[in-house]
Amino acid sequence: MKQVILIILLCVSTLTANSQTVYMTRSGQVSFFSKTPMENIDGTNNEVTSLIDASKGEIVFAILVKSFRFEKALMEEHFNENYLESTKFPKATFQGKITNSSSINFTKDGSYPATVEGDLTMHGVKQKQTATGTITVTNGKVSAVSTFTIKLADYKIEIPSLVADKISETIEIRVNCKYEPRS
Amino acid sequence: MNPDPNMIRLRLITLFTFFSLAAFAQDDLMKMLEEETEKDKKPDYATATFKTTRLINGHSVENVAEGVLDFRISHRFGYVNGGAYELFGLDEASMRLGLDYGLTNRWMIGIGRSTYQKQYDGFTKYKLLRQSSGTRVMPVTLSAIASMMYKSLKDENPDRENYVTSKLFYSGQLLIGRKFNESLSLQLMPTIIHYNLVQGVNDPNDVFAIGAGGRMKLSKRVSLNLEYYYQLPDYKLPGTTNSLAIGVDIETGGHVFQLYCTNSTGMTERTYISETTGNFFEGDIRLGFTISRVFTVKKPKH
Repeated sequence: MKQVILIILLCVSTLTANSQTVYMTRSGQVSFFSKTPMENIDGTNNEVTSLIDASKGEIVFAILVKSFRFEKALMEEHFNENYLESTKFPKATFQGKITNSSSINFTKDGSYPATVEGDLTMHGVKQKQTATGTITVTNGKVSAVSTFTIKLADYKIEIPSLVADKISETIEIRVNCKYEPRS
Repeated sequence: MNPDPNMIRLRLITLFTFFSLAAFAQDDLMKMLEEETEKDKKPDYATATFKTTRLINGHSVENVAEGVLDFRISHRFGYVNGGAYELFGLDEASMRLGLDYGLTNRWMIGIGRSTYQKQYDGFTKYKLLRQSSGTRVMPVTLSAIASMMYKSLKDENPDRENYVTSKLFYSGQLLIGRKFNESLSLQLMPTIIHYNLVQGVNDPNDVFAIGAGGRMKLSKRVSLNLEYYYQLPDYKLPGTTNSLAIGVDIETGGHVFQLYCTNSTGMTERTYISETTGNFFEGDIRLGFTISRVFTVKKPKH
């Protein structure tokens, strides 16, 4: 009898412990930069949803393509209409693992270098992607920053020859997310 | 030995707990992410129903964005059926220079000057409803336009007492547009045009017309446009024909080129809707083009 109660208690406690290791943000920032001598283009999305499961070292992102904001309204329209085709492919996602998660202590304040490997899906194309960055833990909150580059051709995003000198073939992506424990 | 019913119950509870735990462990982080993104779903507004703020001669439901200035240069050549002597109309040209500005993303204003009848014009356009899907469903985009035109051509009878107001014209339009899919957008444009002074005693002071038009994308950057204004027979000026235009939009970064054929000469509501005289199907066709160049005057705040 007592054994059974003990098992239930154990289960419940592991359950709660498990749920506490998930960190979340719904206002993460992802921006991209295209630099050419002719024109610089950048867009920022401040409504990125991301989750980290610290116990399993998993990290996922969901990005609404339409929520990228640009300096010029026409750039935003062309980005959605001609390049990312956001009506056809409204979401970009990333599903990955922190390969060195064992060396990151999410319960101890500090700054930890991190490498993330996973699948980046955008414009309907799934590609393996690796990124390095830093995970910082302060008072139970987690922040993650990373910069990496992608090739537009890998995601079947075509650049017409007319604007080829204004859009870079490789795009720099910057991620800056502040997570809180998920309740 | 009869098992204790309490014991069975407890075992069952334990089993259930295990199962729920197992279910939780299997619960993919990706699924959790989907649940989260489900929560902050917003209305999905249709964008880029048309490539630019004009369908061909008239307005489309598109607006220039807040803080954006659009410089538009429009040309109409002479009638193609003028023959080789007139180089198929290219010897003759009529133009309008225009400046449009977005006060907000839904409200824009514009001014223009046409060589035809030395006319000045100004308009204001407001987007009342925006087509959307998702958490808020609205099948169409609805815009309202009010414009005023002033013909500055010298008075025909200088001896008579002439009033400035006699050379003023007003128009009001509703634009009902819908983007059906990535390539097809259609629009209806009920219109009223008011004349302070008309030529004939029996001419109506108010012309009523209903316009219909649309675009079909031929590629990501090129679309085929069609626009037609039907004047109600009892409310039109004598000797006028209905305006018809067919053209293509070509978009290149910051520019949009519009190339078209039309039987209209003017480029404002009064001159193309209610004062077109050409018969399209008898070759009274003018080639025309518009170049639109946008400048971001005020950067949007993020």
